[in-house]
Amino acid sequence: MPFLRILFVRLLTTAITLAGVAVIVFFVIRVVPGNPIAMMLPPGATEEDIARLSALYGLDKPMITQFGIWIAGVMQGDFGTSITTRQPVLNLVLGRLPATLELSIMALVMAMILGGAAALTGTRFRGGRTEGAIDVANGMALSVPDFLWGLVLILLFGVLMPVFHISGRVTPSLDLPFTTNFYLFESLIRLRFDLWADLVAHMFMPALALAIPLAAIIGQLLKQSLKETMNLDYVTLARTKGYGETRVILREALRNAALPTLTLVGVQFTFLIGGTVIIERLFSYEGLGNMAIDAVINRDLPLIQGIVILFAVIFTGVNLIVDLLYTVLNPRLRHG
Amino acid sequence: MAEAKAIDGRSLVRRRAGLRLWLSASWLGLLCLVALFAPWIAPKDPLAQDLFLGRLPPFWMPGAEPGYLLGTDSLGRDVLSRIVHGARVALAVALIAGTITCLIGATLGLLAGFLRGWVDMIISRMIDIWMAFPPVLFSILLIAVLGPGLVSIIIAIVVIDWTRFARVVRAEAMAQGAMDYVASARVAGRGRPGTMVREILPNVLPTIVVLLTLEMGIAVIVEAILSFVNLSISTDDPTWGGMISEGRTSVHQAWWVLVFPLVTLFLTVLAFSQLGEGLKDRFDPVLR
Amino acid sequence: MSFLSIRNLSVRLKKGQPLLRRVSLDVSAGEVRGLVGESGAGKSMIGKAVLGILPPSIEVTEGEILLDGVDLLRLPPALRRKRIGALAALIPQDPLTALNPSHRIGPQITDRLVDILGWTRANADARARELLSEVQIPDPDRVLRSYPHELSGGMRQRILIASAFAAEPKLIVADEPTTALDVTVQKQILKLIAGMQTRHGTALLFVTHDLGVVSKVCQKLSVLYAGMVVEDTSVADFFAAPRHAYSAALLAATPKYTDPAAGLQPVPEAVIAAVQAEVAAFDRRAAHG
Repeated sequence: MPFLRILFVRLLTTAITLAGVAVIVFFVIRVVPGNPIAMMLPPGATEEDIARLSALYGLDKPMITQFGIWIAGVMQGDFGTSITTRQPVLNLVLGRLPATLELSIMALVMAMILGGAAALTGTRFRGGRTEGAIDVANGMALSVPDFLWGLVLILLFGVLMPVFHISGRVTPSLDLPFTTNFYLFESLIRLRFDLWADLVAHMFMPALALAIPLAAIIGQLLKQSLKETMNLDYVTLARTKGYGETRVILREALRNAALPTLTLVGVQFTFLIGGTVIIERLFSYEGLGNMAIDAVINRDLPLIQGIVILFAVIFTGVNLIVDLLYTVLNPRLRHG
Repeated sequence: MAEAKAIDGRSLVRRRAGLRLWLSASWLGLLCLVALFAPWIAPKDPLAQDLFLGRLPPFWMPGAEPGYLLGTDSLGRDVLSRIVHGARVALAVALIAGTITCLIGATLGLLAGFLRGWVDMIISRMIDIWMAFPPVLFSILLIAVLGPGLVSIIIAIVVIDWTRFARVVRAEAMAQGAMDYVASARVAGRGRPGTMVREILPNVLPTIVVLLTLEMGIAVIVEAILSFVNLSISTDDPTWGGMISEGRTSVHQAWWVLVFPLVTLFLTVLAFSQLGEGLKDRFDPVLR
Repeated sequence: MSFLSIRNLSVRLKKGQPLLRRVSLDVSAGEVRGLVGESGAGKSMIGKAVLGILPPSIEVTEGEILLDGVDLLRLPPALRRKRIGALAALIPQDPLTALNPSHRIGPQITDRLVDILGWTRANADARARELLSEVQIPDPDRVLRSYPHELSGGMRQRILIASAFAAEPKLIVADEPTTALDVTVQKQILKLIAGMQTRHGTALLFVTHDLGVVSKVCQKLSVLYAGMVVEDTSVADFFAAPRHAYSAALLAATPKYTDPAAGLQPVPEAVIAAVQAEVAAFDRRAAHG
């Protein structure tokens, strides 16, 4: 019963949040100076042309009416038509979503590996120089945002030692046999490891740039809770059984120390997804964020709305899942 | 042995923290001076173009021209002079946007955390909505709405980042509000506004100062990001982000156009956040 | 030949105050030795030193710990761990914190058998079931599949005892194994440990502050004050006539054995002063020698 109650309350607040986002984005972008219709017509278009097209996109109606029409459409899964490409917004957005999801998840995995390794190494050699070095590295990684790490990576691995691609998602000349837009995933399924390697070589740097700050957070939190766990009685007992330090950390401490870190990683993951907007731009990676910036520059109002709503859905969705996961895991934690 | 080492280690940490604080503060102080006296410090006019002097390398490389210490960009503009003038925009944004964001965000957070009730309801709900926006996209949108320019950037930062202060200050104020000294102040006859300003605010202030320092670093980054997508000040005015944007496109031909503004930006952001972290340690009676 | 022989063991906080002052004691095979003293007297420290789990802030400055004739302190760490894991075991104080909350009970009993001693999983599982029946846990199969938080404190202590006996160690250190338990459960657990000890013929180093427990379980006794062994005797002799003034005061302070109506007596100040003078004299000698 309490679980259902929490679920209900969280769903309600999520709905309110999404509604708020919809209202704000709709009205804010309509204050944008510059007529999107005028921008898409060739120079020398007449007033009538503009008026006709405005009517076609419903931009001649009062704002409240426009909002009503848009919301009614959204409820039926119709997010309108992009002004620049004249394609349904939903198709465009869903077409780009896989690229951004793959990038975000790759970055998350990298952050967990890097942060986990830092925390484990720091715990194994705690109290010494190694731990001090890891702390300093964590502090640096945390102080500088993904955008700057991206630029640093471009210089290091794109220019100084050119081992990775610095722009795009895949080498354009390659022949892609894919039916979905989850290229990375599908290349594995189809056993096309050549394509997979090319995708990873493109994705590596943007993903790493996104991963570095999150890795530092994971490293710090996990190390702290590992060190606390290492003083507990069951760890001492395991030592008397003949286990070495490394095995004690991995077998006894890691699982219990990881739970509190994992719940926090969920929230941080939304920040990482937010970071994809500028990182995709920086690496010319064809995902949602890059499309979003183009949409703003082109004043493509329906497309902007669709992308912002989708981001909001992802953010609130991740937060919702993490919250629910936490309540599910909590009863066992209480006994810990 | 362990105890001695622990004592040594602790003083080492403290020394290192002190060093960090001083290094950060010196870099930022230097930057302030450079920004204030930019026209006198910059060796060249940051806007002067000379296509014959395009992409000159920095002074130690063959082909360098005397007078262009850090080389020139593709339009022949002096990189060093542009960095020096770019410091003006960066610091102006950091100081003004950081302070206004802090004032608005901390006030809202304090009100929400102390008054609770419907005020808290509304502010918390707003924070939730704000958190559902991708911040970079939100700021690009706002600049598109407001038009480019320094004022727009500052407004965009304030509108987006107030939640950073509001969230933390709200939680702190709630924690402080539950403590005994607040109750006893109320019993002693202090009114609600009095309690908030005299009792709660001083205890939340260290947190606010740390957040403010961190926010200044963030503001510098936001300005750079907006310049990078060509939405900041007009494209002629020298900004670090704008230089980075240009440098990114010609990184294979003239790496210095990217590297020098990037290093400056990197150090500045690092200095702000290390200053914040250093202050956090200072305020924290128990060392982490 | 004693199975465990501690010779002149001194332990201190690194660059700090001494915690054990040239402690010597022996535990023969199959014998039960009690270690008593006030909290802070260093009795747990001896157990920790034997099992190689002294905190990193504490160092051994002199002495030997001979386990089955081999000095543990001279062994390289990996070998020392293996030897301790194979020959000795710990019954910890607090059953609520000594089991890993995220592992099932079964693996927590069998892990040493499989990972350190190289048993097959089937043999180890059979052994675990057998042990759980021996410590009188009903429905062992269900318990082996449970997580610690699903079981009561007394049940968990039984599991920890079973786990300690799993590899048939020659020596078990019991670190105040009943202190954290309900008074009603304490007696059962004590009886269980004593019974298991007799059946398996295991030597037992029993750390406790409770002389009542000592009189029931132990044959030999070491009394500690400030990290010094002030009396090393048989339990029968001790309760008949303690030799050291501090031991006598400690015995007198335990009400049940002299006059239950008197209640708990503090150790007289004169006795404390005398024993502290002894400690100071020891430290002076140590400083000069």
